[in-house]
Amino acid sequence: MSDGKTILTVDHLAMRFGGIVAVNDLSFEAERRKITALIGPNGAGKTTVFNCITGFYKPSAGSMRLTHDDGRAIQLERLNDFRISKQAKVARTFQNIRLFPGMTALENLMVAQHNALMLASGLTFLGLIGAPSWRTAEKRAIEQSTQWLKRIGLLERADDAAGNLPYGDQRRLEIARAMCTEPALLCLDEPAAGLNVRESAALSELLRSIRTDHGVSILLIEHDMSVVMEISDHVVVMDHGVKIAEGSPQDVRDDPKVIAAYLGADEEEAIAVMESGT
Amino acid sequence: MTAGGVTAPVSKPTPAARGPDAAFIFKKALISALVALVLFSLMIGIRTEAGPTGQLIYWTRFDDLAEMVAAVFFGSIAIELLRHWWGPVGTVRIVPPEVTSALALARRAIAPLLLVFTFLVPVIFYNQRYILDLGILVLTYVMLGWGLNVVVGLAGLLDLGYVAFYAVGAYSYALLATNFGLSFWVCLPLAGILAALWGVMLGFPVLRLRGDYLAIVTLAFGEIIRLVIINWQSLTGGPNGVSGIPRPTLFGIPLTSGDDGLAAKLGIEFSPTHRIVFLFYLILALALLTNWVTIRLRRLPIGRAWEALREDEVACRALGINITTTKLTAFATGAMFGGFAGAFFATRQGFISPESFTFQESALVLAIVVLGGMGSQLGVALAALAMIGGFELFRGLEQYRMLVFGVAMVLLMIWRPRGLIGHRAPTVYLEHSQAISSDLVKEGHG
Amino acid sequence: MDYFAQQLINGIVLGSIYGLIAIGYTMVYGIVGMINFAHGDIFMIGGFIALISFLILVSIGLTVVPVILLIVLLVSMAITALYGWTVERIAYRPLRHSFRLAPMLSAIGMSFVLINYSQIAQGARVKPVPPIITGGYTLFDRGGFVVRLSNVQIIVVVTTIVLLLIFTWLVSRTRLGRDMRACEQDQTMAALLGVDVDRTISMTFVIGAALAAVAGMMYLLYYGLVDFYMGFVAGIKAFTAAVLGGIGSLPGAMLGGLAIGLIETMWSAYFSVEYKDVAAFSILIIVLIFMPTGLLGRPEVEKV
Repeated sequence: MSDGKTILTVDHLAMRFGGIVAVNDLSFEAERRKITALIGPNGAGKTTVFNCITGFYKPSAGSMRLTHDDGRAIQLERLNDFRISKQAKVARTFQNIRLFPGMTALENLMVAQHNALMLASGLTFLGLIGAPSWRTAEKRAIEQSTQWLKRIGLLERADDAAGNLPYGDQRRLEIARAMCTEPALLCLDEPAAGLNVRESAALSELLRSIRTDHGVSILLIEHDMSVVMEISDHVVVMDHGVKIAEGSPQDVRDDPKVIAAYLGADEEEAIAVMESGT
Repeated sequence: MTAGGVTAPVSKPTPAARGPDAAFIFKKALISALVALVLFSLMIGIRTEAGPTGQLIYWTRFDDLAEMVAAVFFGSIAIELLRHWWGPVGTVRIVPPEVTSALALARRAIAPLLLVFTFLVPVIFYNQRYILDLGILVLTYVMLGWGLNVVVGLAGLLDLGYVAFYAVGAYSYALLATNFGLSFWVCLPLAGILAALWGVMLGFPVLRLRGDYLAIVTLAFGEIIRLVIINWQSLTGGPNGVSGIPRPTLFGIPLTSGDDGLAAKLGIEFSPTHRIVFLFYLILALALLTNWVTIRLRRLPIGRAWEALREDEVACRALGINITTTKLTAFATGAMFGGFAGAFFATRQGFISPESFTFQESALVLAIVVLGGMGSQLGVALAALAMIGGFELFRGLEQYRMLVFGVAMVLLMIWRPRGLIGHRAPTVYLEHSQAISSDLVKEGHG
Repeated sequence: MDYFAQQLINGIVLGSIYGLIAIGYTMVYGIVGMINFAHGDIFMIGGFIALISFLILVSIGLTVVPVILLIVLLVSMAITALYGWTVERIAYRPLRHSFRLAPMLSAIGMSFVLINYSQIAQGARVKPVPPIITGGYTLFDRGGFVVRLSNVQIIVVVTTIVLLLIFTWLVSRTRLGRDMRACEQDQTMAALLGVDVDRTISMTFVIGAALAAVAGMMYLLYYGLVDFYMGFVAGIKAFTAAVLGGIGSLPGAMLGGLAIGLIETMWSAYFSVEYKDVAAFSILIIVLIFMPTGLLGRPEVEKV
């Protein structure tokens, strides 16, 4: 199935917690350098899928294959923990923002470049003696962080504590921090939650530029339909742990199954409502 | 804006000043006194003792009981009045700008001033053996505090068994020196390495533990070390300890009065104070080494990873940081410094026994780190000075020391749980380094 | 075999004492999420109060043993419960909304205060007590090892069982018990539904302290002495028992207590007495690493 166009293949993914089945036989693909949205009513299992993909849960069944640009494929369910970010190059943000509140915006971005900097500091030893190679690497990291801060409009607040930043800025900072790990796949968990119309538009712009200018594939969970409709290339709809629809944003928007799921009604009722006069 | 001069630095947030509610305070004091009466009735009112024939005898101390109850009664009134005038814990006080900037200036000057003063202590107090000994003791705890600070303050890992590394360092040096005749300078790094190894061994099992569970397991580790030391008599000498630990030399030159001593070599008259001064500068050097390494590590990726771990472990994992190695390096580094301090302790005393390595020591060092404001180097130093210096004031009242320490810990947690230094300094900045208030900094869960 | 039977009996008795203390730990952890480091020292204070009460009653001429026991039991439960209440009021309640480290350090401080207070109040020497209850029954005497079941042992186990029954009834049938369980699940919601959270938490500490007092009295009867540091070591062992049984579970605490008591007794009997504390502490570490939810506890899933 992988023809170079697909970056992530989720195959018959299932996640059970004791007796509860959160995700049941889910299969979908995310295309390279495209934005794929995962939507569905609350409790559909979207964050669970994310947690499986990003290594926080071990799936009960199924596989998730990440294919890099050079054709190298990694089975995500075999990696866990930090390796998903380090080796598979999958980055994520969280539903309830998880910045480092006691550290400045700049420091947050520096932490993201930990692995590269660890190598450059010779596992700390070169750094301790202040070797020039380390100093260069550190400058480069600060430069990269500065670029991102400029990008998200937080350059003036680089030295402010992340916990002091307004909500919208925190959301963008979290995305910038994820991008500083130089990922191939960026997973965003409700990035537009709590943003007003203007901030949502700015977010859409940011995500589009991430996709186009940085060539990063994006997988996002979102409830804000305006954002989803505007930037997604592909939409997967879940309900009660299973996929109920998939396609372009327009296809999905008009799908009666999807409407029924969101309304909590039957499919037939939804069709009846749609035909009666929308 | 207040014009010049010194005005009262605090202003009450509420304009209306009501008189204290006498009836309420009286009722509260009465209840407190009654509770105290019941609590103290048997414990203080009656005094038991093992009699001359092994029998248990007792006598009454009702006057002591009455005094204590009265003290509680009036103390309760005093606290209520204080609370009324001072406001509840945590009220915001408006401080005029001149005072804040003056304080900030003073704060920046404290560290260098303190350092210079410390260097000059042996010069100023050359003949006061007591002060020099106290200085050595304070510096030892400063070093222990800085070492534990890496684990608890930076990485947020609750370690209640730090004394174990202190003990490993001390016993390593003691046993290596007395059994193999190795010099202090050879044993010092060895003690650090052994302690660091032990730190890793402690770290491995507790990787997945958080908060209170992590704390009590580290406590258990500390106790196990102490019990093993006490019982493994063939190795450690058991409760009798190890004695005859050689004193340190200045790279092979002993500080004795003989012809091969340092005094003879330098052509000056020998004095026993030389050794004390040497020990003072030795511990000062070790402590400064700990400080320097910690400050540098904070600016390196490993140090930043420690602090990020404290802030949010889940986010760290999502950023590709290996939590296991991060935690283990924190434990190992903190342990190493504890080991160095232990080796110094052994060589200074000449004799060590398990009694020096109890849980109370761990608690004391932890209190120093928390009082100092976790993560702050200056804060820890000041806290060590305050605590150890404070203890010295209780020289005559030995038996009350633990009581006062315990009360101090409770009060500290109620009044200033974030410690003396209420902020964190960022390790990298573009424009200017803005101190981050402690309220934002997480305390870590391990 | 008879030696083993004796160890079994001894282990169950010791385990009952640990279990009573463990209940206090598990209840407090369940409701406020903190390890009450001072709880072991409450046990020690309970032992002291019992000691002093015995002394007074005997010296004023009371000789009827069951009456003495009952009075001492009630008095030490009452006074020690007040100690538990006071500790919570002074050192924990103000910190309930503070950050996580604060109550723990405060508890450690309180522990030092209690130990030192007892030392100052009663003098630092160990106080021995002549056996108050003597006699027992010989169970087996097959010529080898004599297996005895002493009266003290019977009293300890019976008291424990009675208290457990009362206590289980309290938790499952009364209003207070219901309030406790509600607060364990969700304090805010419980408060909104009219539960007096402060009072419920206080009562939790009070009950835990009362049970620890009983344990202290039993310890005094069984071993004939109290010393200031017995709370520290017994506290860790009892906490181990609470974790082993599954923190938050009351039958678990008792089960854990019995297990620890048996393990400690068997270890002392068959391996080495000096290292019995090391064995107990090691169990704590092993349990927390491999079985953090214990035998009867509920597992927690991490929310990301």
